[in-house]
Amino acid sequence: MNANFSELKLDAVTRRFAGAHGAAFNALSELTMTIKRGEFIALLGPSGCGKSTALNCIAGLLPLSGGTIMLDDTRIDTLPPERRGFGMVFQNYALFPHMSVDRNVGFGLRMRGVSAAESAPRVAKALKMVQLTGQEHKLPGQLSGGQQQRVAIARAIVIEPPLILMDEPLSNLDAKLRIETRAEIRRIHTELGRATIYVTHDQDEALSLADRIVVMKDGVAQQIASPQDVYLQPSNLHVARFMGYRNVLELDVEGEEGDRVTLSGPGIRLVGTRKLPLSGKRACVAIRPEEAAIGDAGAFNAVAGEVINVEYGGRDSLVDVRTPAGAVLHVRSARPLRAGEMTHVQVPVERALVYPVT
Amino acid sequence: MARAEAPLAREAFDRSLLLVTPGALFMLLLFVYPFLYGLWLSFTPKTGGALANYAHFFTTDNLWPTIWTTLKLALPATLINVGLALPIAFKMRVKTPYQRIVTTVLVVPITLGTVLIAEGMLLYFGPKGWLAQFLQFFHLYDGAIRLTHNFTGVLISLVVSGFPFAFLLILSYITGIDPGLARAAATLGADPKAQFRHVYLPLLAPGLAMCFCLAFVQAFSVFPSAVLLGSPAGPTRVISIAAYEAAFEQYDYSLASAIAMIMGAVQLVIVVAVLGLRNLFYRGPVVGGKG
Repeated sequence: MNANFSELKLDAVTRRFAGAHGAAFNALSELTMTIKRGEFIALLGPSGCGKSTALNCIAGLLPLSGGTIMLDDTRIDTLPPERRGFGMVFQNYALFPHMSVDRNVGFGLRMRGVSAAESAPRVAKALKMVQLTGQEHKLPGQLSGGQQQRVAIARAIVIEPPLILMDEPLSNLDAKLRIETRAEIRRIHTELGRATIYVTHDQDEALSLADRIVVMKDGVAQQIASPQDVYLQPSNLHVARFMGYRNVLELDVEGEEGDRVTLSGPGIRLVGTRKLPLSGKRACVAIRPEEAAIGDAGAFNAVAGEVINVEYGGRDSLVDVRTPAGAVLHVRSARPLRAGEMTHVQVPVERALVYPVT
Repeated sequence: MARAEAPLAREAFDRSLLLVTPGALFMLLLFVYPFLYGLWLSFTPKTGGALANYAHFFTTDNLWPTIWTTLKLALPATLINVGLALPIAFKMRVKTPYQRIVTTVLVVPITLGTVLIAEGMLLYFGPKGWLAQFLQFFHLYDGAIRLTHNFTGVLISLVVSGFPFAFLLILSYITGIDPGLARAAATLGADPKAQFRHVYLPLLAPGLAMCFCLAFVQAFSVFPSAVLLGSPAGPTRVISIAAYEAAFEQYDYSLASAIAMIMGAVQLVIVVAVLGLRNLFYRGPVVGGKG
């Protein structure tokens, strides 16, 4: 396929599966987005949210139930995977166990009819890019997990695909290797200058790698935005919950003034910032533990409560505070606190995000 | 890890080895002893020196050609069985609603046994059998139908009784191969034909070799169908018939043992050759990484 493409356009891409009792359900509902050359896109969501389905639909491993996929002016959703020519890195690597490393990496070139003489330097270059020079003649079974993963990446990039698809490529690696390989993937992406679509359930991975993040739930894209926006301005409560807004309280709406909303409940009175139009008398406020603080009595926008648990975390601790009404708030704080102490949790107005109840 | 293993390593005697005893005794009494007895018997002919039986076999015109007669039946039957089973098993590797039905139907002949199959085939394929009547009724083929009491009849029966074994064996090998490998090959530009050739076939090769050996050994020892469906005096006078005649018509157990030894040797040569070829292929786990 055209390596000098300028954009990949998904239009209402849908995939239905037959459910347990014959009822069809949408694993992926009307995903619409345009991916530009050079972009790194992360599909982020919990397991079963449809992110892998989306990736397989783009790769051609799953037929669409609706919608179209265009690479510039070419419609590609009707093509079988072998004619789309996207490089894919699988979660379990899917290396050919009977082929040496260089034959694994050279497989795509062989399928394209590239001569051995021409493919050898390209394979060598790809292996150098993933720092596996010298391992050419080993079988995949003789390599460590991290090395296998890098062979899988080399195999996908050697064909110089317009698009590289990665399905949770780091989930089988240990924590240290994961962070190293993450940087590696970003470097390779930049070096190639193509587009990458990366599926993950790990928000850190998505935030650190991607130019844009697609947060998914139940087959529906909830928010498509930059990492900063997804992190700071989640478009709805689902995204907020997934992006680490651990404190979600449902309260009564007392009044609205511009986008400032005053909420109250038993023993709580908070001012927050409205993110979506509210309807009804109740609303949810979402607060990230690291954006709340332990404050003093009488501080503005504070909730009183009792410290019930302190989890030491080095630079700061995760403190659980129970309000008199029984709601528990999680706060990150460097202040030395002990269980049983009375304290106040203070929240900046612009960081208490208010959403309608869902 | 090392500390957990230390007490095990010091254990003087692994008692789980005792579990081998019944099997080993069984083999010793019912296989090794009779085999050695037969071997000894074959070297003690009624007349002549130790090798007289073997010399007799290879110089008698109704004995030595039975090797070729048997090979001419067993090799094509094995190739047909493995060749037919491979594509069908390949199609059946993915779960489909009719997968279980097809598999069941294909495996039914296993439950019948060779004699029952032979009797059924006489009724069905015989000159006045159902097949002949059907073809002649619709004038699809008006010549004489001769599918029994000859080479063809025995070949068909070997395919009918041998196919399920080959099919089940190959099916179990194929379903053990990670389908993700074919998907990976597809994203790299391999069409279904290339996926089969470059991924499935090389990974299946050792299994196919093993399947070939088992199917061949089974076909080479053909006896009931060669008698019932073939012409045991002529074109289907297989080596086991020669051994049977020596033992139970001439009461020459010594010659019969020699024929049985020759039969075993021929099988061994083919099996060793095929398994030798197997070593040229990759043998190991057939998944592409961590599961």
